[in-house]
Amino acid sequence: MALLKAKGLTKRFGGLAANNEIDLEVPEGSLFAVIGPNGAGKTTFFNMVSGFLSSSAGSIELDGRDVTHVPQHEIAGMGLVRTFQLVQLFNGMSVAENVEVGCHLATKGGVAASLFRPKWFRKQEVEVRERAMELLDFVGLSAQADIEAELLPYGQQRLLELARALAAKPKLLLLDEPAAGLNTQETESLAHIIQKINAQGTTVLLIEHDVALVTRIAHRIAVLDFGKKIAEGTPEEIKAHPEVIAAYLGVEEIPDA
Amino acid sequence: MTSPNITSPKPAAPAAKFASRFDRFQVVLLGLSALAVCFALIYGGYLLTVMQMAMIYAIFCVGLNFFMGYTGQASFGQNSFACIGGYGSAILCVQYGWEPALALIGAMVVAGFFALIIGYPTLRLRGHYLAMATFSLGLITYDISIQWTSVTQGYMGYAGIPSLGIGNWTVESERGKLVVLAVLLAFAFWLSLRMRDSRFGRGLRAISGSENGAAALGVRVPRFKLIAFVVAALYASAAGSLYAYTFNFISPEAFGPAMSILTFTMLFVGGVGTIVGPIIGAVVTSLLQEVVRGSGHYQDIAYAVGLLATLIYAPKGLSALGGLFRRKKEEA
Repeated sequence: MALLKAKGLTKRFGGLAANNEIDLEVPEGSLFAVIGPNGAGKTTFFNMVSGFLSSSAGSIELDGRDVTHVPQHEIAGMGLVRTFQLVQLFNGMSVAENVEVGCHLATKGGVAASLFRPKWFRKQEVEVRERAMELLDFVGLSAQADIEAELLPYGQQRLLELARALAAKPKLLLLDEPAAGLNTQETESLAHIIQKINAQGTTVLLIEHDVALVTRIAHRIAVLDFGKKIAEGTPEEIKAHPEVIAAYLGVEEIPDA
Repeated sequence: MTSPNITSPKPAAPAAKFASRFDRFQVVLLGLSALAVCFALIYGGYLLTVMQMAMIYAIFCVGLNFFMGYTGQASFGQNSFACIGGYGSAILCVQYGWEPALALIGAMVVAGFFALIIGYPTLRLRGHYLAMATFSLGLITYDISIQWTSVTQGYMGYAGIPSLGIGNWTVESERGKLVVLAVLLAFAFWLSLRMRDSRFGRGLRAISGSENGAAALGVRVPRFKLIAFVVAALYASAAGSLYAYTFNFISPEAFGPAMSILTFTMLFVGGVGTIVGPIIGAVVTSLLQEVVRGSGHYQDIAYAVGLLATLIYAPKGLSALGGLFRRKKEEA
């Protein structure tokens, strides 16, 4: 069954169609990747799916429910959690606190609960702290739990953002270029973590520049170019697809004879 | 030994959670503030008035810190809510014979309600626009308090306001007032800590870190901003009421735009977004004000210099200096 279904999804900025009638189905449990050259419309697609941008036309279905014009926090509440291409950490908060914010959707209580602190609230606070530590352990940041998030090196900031998204217990995790700016070794451990997340039952939709990474870990790949989907298939199919090679890698020059 | 990167984990002290939130420097600053209160209690005189003011402004700033510090939004109109608190208490007590303590809560309800209906449309604005809109709110309230003479008695000011008390027990002595104000500040501060360290408080601080990031995790950004605005307004209203009960007299000048500027200064001097910053800032700025008062017209310049120096050399305020020193030491 498709967890996420986009039909004829279109976004126009003035005369420019950043996304033009994109159809996409992300099966539940899969590790799905969207690739494409710069400016192909990948992030626009993500922004629409996560409710960050409203679409000009087309529809989005999440878990069988139409979410085309549903506000972002509600989509997040339905289990779709995203990360950002430019890391959006909460500066001024510690690494652990960042992950604790991630538990927002999975917890409850407002001002009154914080003032009166009933038993369930105190229990929940303890659980939130434990969960944050578990997740930091999972991504390998537990030693840095108490330092300020902005002091982390870039690669670890990416991991922190991932841990924070996981704290929301997503059904569908949207990762916007998680490997951008990482070195080979960091990319390797990231790939490993993404595969682990997927193996634990979370559907992952991934935007990525790093074709080698994507073809290695994704079950299925869709390729965007100039706002249109030009191909979709297994990594092997995509690697062999002539249009993809042309769009993504450029047309190969004939070597000198 | 040279440390290859600054992110190497510090040995985590298994200290109690409450104590671990303050560093030693902040505890020292809080202690000095308490000492200033004690000093005023012992020596009395004009210092009592100065410290009473400091306590009242500190309560105001603790609330303002929710909106400007934790949530990272700008408001220059919080004096409006202090104005509602002050005049609300005065009118309820003098005209309608309410108990001062009850009138304080009544005025808070009114101020909270106004914050809700004003904040709902206004908080859609961001950055400079929000600052301008809230500043105009402060100006409007100031004008109303001057012009609506039948209710506020205009420039004449409102006299004959009773002192704070419950039932037959009223606090009339200046020393008693300062003690009550200090206790109320401690209570207000304790409440603010409870709100800060919770799902709600983390949501607010996430908004100041990254609105997009917070929204993506399901934080309802507009609603949280509005609640923070109302919380700040409630604190401001309580501060306004306490001002009225402490000095038994209020005038529009007390709650004019100058109040917003002053509290803004306090918040930045103490450390915006820090836990103890509002209190430290209020005490230090109040004392500083008295030191420079002798310089007459140069008072404002001395102010500006003080604020600029803080912004440049201690951008996170006095209460964050401890961390700054520590980092320097580690680098050395």
